[in-house]
Amino acid sequence: MLRTKVVTSTIAGAVLSLLAGAASAEITIAVVGPMTGQNAAFGEQLRRGAEAAVADINAAGGINGEQLVLEVGDDACDPKQAVSVANQMANKGAVFVAGHYCSGSSIPASDVYNEAGILQISPASTNPDFTERGLPNTFRTCSRDDKQGDIAGNYLLKNYPGKRIAFVHDKSAYGKGLADATRATYLAGGGNVEVYEAITAGERDYSTLVSKLKAQKIDVLYYGGYHSESGMLARQLRQAGLSMQLISGDATVTQEFWSISGDAGEGTMMTFPPDPRNNPEAAPVVASFKEQGVDPEGYTLYTYAAVQVFAQAAAKAQSTALEDLTAVLHQDAFNTVLGEIRFDEKGDVVGPTYVFYKWRAGSYSQM
Amino acid sequence: MSYLLDQLINGVTLGSVYGLIALGYTMVYGIIGMINFAHGEVYMIGAFISLIAILILLSFGVAALPVVLLLALAATILFTSVYGWAVERIAYRPLRGSVRLAPLISAIGMSILLQNYVQLAQGARVKPLRPMIEGGLQIPVGDGQSARLAYVQILIMLTTLAMMAIFTWIVQRTSFGRTQRACEQDRGMAALLGINVDRVISMTFVMGASMASVAGLLVVLYYGSIDFFIGFLAGLKAFTAAVLGGIGSLPGAMLGGLLIGVIEALYSAYFDIEYKDAAVFGVLIFVLLFRPQGLLGRAEIEKV
Repeated sequence: MLRTKVVTSTIAGAVLSLLAGAASAEITIAVVGPMTGQNAAFGEQLRRGAEAAVADINAAGGINGEQLVLEVGDDACDPKQAVSVANQMANKGAVFVAGHYCSGSSIPASDVYNEAGILQISPASTNPDFTERGLPNTFRTCSRDDKQGDIAGNYLLKNYPGKRIAFVHDKSAYGKGLADATRATYLAGGGNVEVYEAITAGERDYSTLVSKLKAQKIDVLYYGGYHSESGMLARQLRQAGLSMQLISGDATVTQEFWSISGDAGEGTMMTFPPDPRNNPEAAPVVASFKEQGVDPEGYTLYTYAAVQVFAQAAAKAQSTALEDLTAVLHQDAFNTVLGEIRFDEKGDVVGPTYVFYKWRAGSYSQM
Repeated sequence: MSYLLDQLINGVTLGSVYGLIALGYTMVYGIIGMINFAHGEVYMIGAFISLIAILILLSFGVAALPVVLLLALAATILFTSVYGWAVERIAYRPLRGSVRLAPLISAIGMSILLQNYVQLAQGARVKPLRPMIEGGLQIPVGDGQSARLAYVQILIMLTTLAMMAIFTWIVQRTSFGRTQRACEQDRGMAALLGINVDRVISMTFVMGASMASVAGLLVVLYYGSIDFFIGFLAGLKAFTAAVLGGIGSLPGAMLGGLLIGVIEALYSAYFDIEYKDAAVFGVLIFVLLFRPQGLLGRAEIEKV
């Protein structure tokens, strides 16, 4: 009985490897993010960025003469679904994944990718743990929340001395990580935290929090979390007649924030790396996006860059094996739409930092 | 003082919405003794229909707020009732008389089906509506402080009271209400006396759905943003409210809803907001230990 099983699985294995051999004229890569659910706006940014990059690379002849095939995976920002999508991508023979979006998804998925020998470059997961755990396959084209928190914390210290400040997060890996990093910097610089609270993402009612902030006479609210909650928060704050300054992080850079908050979003501030849409390197790509009626906002170009980095590394290494790719990744500089980027030994981008953006009349711009 | 009042207002508003949804759970349980787990999704569908109705009315240039609200209310009650009726007809009636677990499972299936259907038909994104009712009253509470009562909160409380009154009247005073109560006491006997039990049950689902749809409309007006997933959490809380108040009892459902809203608000006011759900369910467990039938529920007497 056991013997038949062994034989069958050997045959199955042989057939599988044959299939894989037949398909080797193409390189399968994947983009995974929240294509559905609350953060679908960001999933779309990732998908668009990856699709454009693949189309451009294929039009230029592919990688070492092989064309790229893009698989799209949906994790809905759910850690459990992220792991199952990661396994799916491994089964489909993907050698590179651009993704995921939510840190809470990227981190558990990276273990699956590591076991399968798949390179993962996240364009958007900013939680430090993503690259801190010593996995060889994790890289990112965005920056990190400890940096972001550092800049936001120092900004609070410098611009709001003696003001009453509240920190709120949504309990997610990203939101809590960012709020805690900012709070730590702020506390270390001698600031006082008046309120530190957490809300449940996906809930609609933040009225109790709003009343608490009102009673504590808060001047500035720092929120760590995603845009659907920060949009609701902005709205409920204004509805209660409060005019406190709302400051959040990189997950608020989407037009969707404004469509939820409406005019209540006016003046909301957030940290995000310098807008890549203004890079001279990005000009032709931005132009071709605009031709299709799409604004490559937020993480679109970061995803484009992640695919570019993979393509350049694979071309240089003449291979898609993980060890060959990572060797190149740690050594070389890459020309991307973000400008020239390098990775440090952890897989984080060397250099770029965060700047402040502000929402005014339905659009955001660098302050 | 003003802080306490602020938080109580928040709690009562939230509790009113829970109570409205809880009424649907409790009515259905009273008559056929099953938990309609798809009820939270019916509320979500009510919210979507309200939003769509409001947007259509606004795009036709109907600007008068009361007109928009009344037409949206009529539309959402009408269409959501059809959903409530269809859920019963498709998923529960064929299973009547089979084992008790069967309709429970088909209810969960229905809930997943409706959720996915709205996700696919309407998209997964959050649907926003600009604030329709702005402003509010300042209630002075002495020493220069004041609590705030928004007009939309007043609307929610008044609507809930009105719905509650209408449905109590239907159940207590009309001949249909009498048949409903008869079915609740003994379905077999009611059938023998010539009551069309199936029709009464259908109408009960329609009533529950129309109350859930009103809750949906109120939520759209209050928060101005909905997605396909709102039914899950709200349904769970409302179900808890129905159990806390005593499932099968109409005033119990309302009381349970208000209690849960107020406990949530007061716990969030003075402790970590993070643990408010744990506090709510802690109270539920505590109450059930001492009154397993809920606050206003009747203990079930097994007739031998």
